[in-house]
Amino acid sequence: MNGGEQTIIFHNKPRIVAGYGIVGPKEGEGPLADYFDEIAKDDLFDQKSYEKAECKMHLLAIERAIERAGVNESDMCALLSGDLLNQIISSSFSARELDIPFLGLYNACSTFGEALILGSIMIDGGSMQRVACSTSSHFSTAERQYRYPLELGTQMTPTAQWTVTGSGCSVLCREGEGPFVAAATVGKVVDYDITDANNMGAAMAPAAAYTIATHLKETDRKADYYDAIVTGDLGIFGSEMLHQLLLSEGIDIAHVHMDCGKMIFDEKQKVHMGGSGAGCSSSVFNTYFLQKLHSGELRKILFVPTGALLSKVSSLQGESIPGIAHAVAIEVE
Amino acid sequence: MIDNKAYVELVKKTTPKSKELKTLPIAFAVGGLICCIGQAFRLVYQTYLPIGKMTAASLTSITMIFIGSLLTGLGIYDKIGKVAGAGSIVPITGFANSVVSPAMEFNREGVVLGVMSKMFVVAGPVIVSGVVASIIIALGYYIAGLF
Repeated sequence: MNGGEQTIIFHNKPRIVAGYGIVGPKEGEGPLADYFDEIAKDDLFDQKSYEKAECKMHLLAIERAIERAGVNESDMCALLSGDLLNQIISSSFSARELDIPFLGLYNACSTFGEALILGSIMIDGGSMQRVACSTSSHFSTAERQYRYPLELGTQMTPTAQWTVTGSGCSVLCREGEGPFVAAATVGKVVDYDITDANNMGAAMAPAAAYTIATHLKETDRKADYYDAIVTGDLGIFGSEMLHQLLLSEGIDIAHVHMDCGKMIFDEKQKVHMGGSGAGCSSSVFNTYFLQKLHSGELRKILFVPTGALLSKVSSLQGESIPGIAHAVAIEVE
Repeated sequence: MIDNKAYVELVKKTTPKSKELKTLPIAFAVGGLICCIGQAFRLVYQTYLPIGKMTAASLTSITMIFIGSLLTGLGIYDKIGKVAGAGSIVPITGFANSVVSPAMEFNREGVVLGVMSKMFVVAGPVIVSGVVASIIIALGYYIAGLF
């Protein structure tokens, strides 16, 4: 990657040796139920508050992923984690319980992509051997931070999305078995003047379109190179916008495009445009997509977690919603 | 790629809208039902209790606020709100819901800095605008009375 280019090619093939995804009860009633490693019966996870619950869920995902990778906690070189709560407390309070050097990240719902890219760079460069990447989100903590109290009788607007209660963790290793990170495109912040915080899909679609278009251009690939181009949480409307934006560039991805936010819930679950949240892409990637990569049903995917970089303050002050998306190319031999 | 202006236009044009033909009648029916229940209480109070019209009206408000709060505490009011929208927000039960729901939510942050300080985060603007409006109207009355 030279100046001006956004794409990195990894020559040492950082391996995703294990992943673990855990979700809440509502997600467990959705179409991906059979793929999740764990479905909580109660979204409080036996804790006294939802914040503590999210933290417990996040910690569980990290511990189980490391266990599955067959390595000790003390052998891990770094933990790269993020979530949606102020001061990323779910991540840092999880790290408090772990004997692993911790780097806290925030890129909203695209944080998992950021973690995978940074982890891959560390391993590819040879400075680290084993890195864990994780994110989480919880419907009830996100609601109270970004919107209204849970018991307030409000209606969701038609374009609203439902924050996923879920967490996912990947363990990246320099050696071992599993799919490898072949390339990555670091996204730029893109703002197309969308101000409706209830239409996050539309706000993030331009960022996803830019990152995907840049990735395909810089790697000199067509969309067909990938078995699937998987966005994080654009939802139904955001996905439509993404297709239209890319079509205006002459890129047609509709036939290979999948969206974790669209996949995780059923229409009958009344979540309007689908799921969202930092835990949406990470819980779906570490279960459904890792399993499909392992079975060989998918051999090359471009994983593009998407994020809306707004806060409650920025929205109140009339700012538009900046979006970001990072692309990670994952392949099996 | 499409530029900002064209994109905002595209989003405006294609964004799914609320299905008002479906939501308006439900809001009307539920809101009307809540008011009917209130009216029933008022009639019962006026007929069977030895109190005047004004006291019966106050007692009705208190009863409806109690019911709204109770249904919020039982986790039922938000489910009504999901279907009824403004139908359950506008009546006084909705006001009770907007005070009780943050009080419940912030219980975990303690009584003083949690419940007490956050209790009116939703209802606050309604109270402020109510007070301001009543001052303006009172002033109007006063000035009109001078002539």
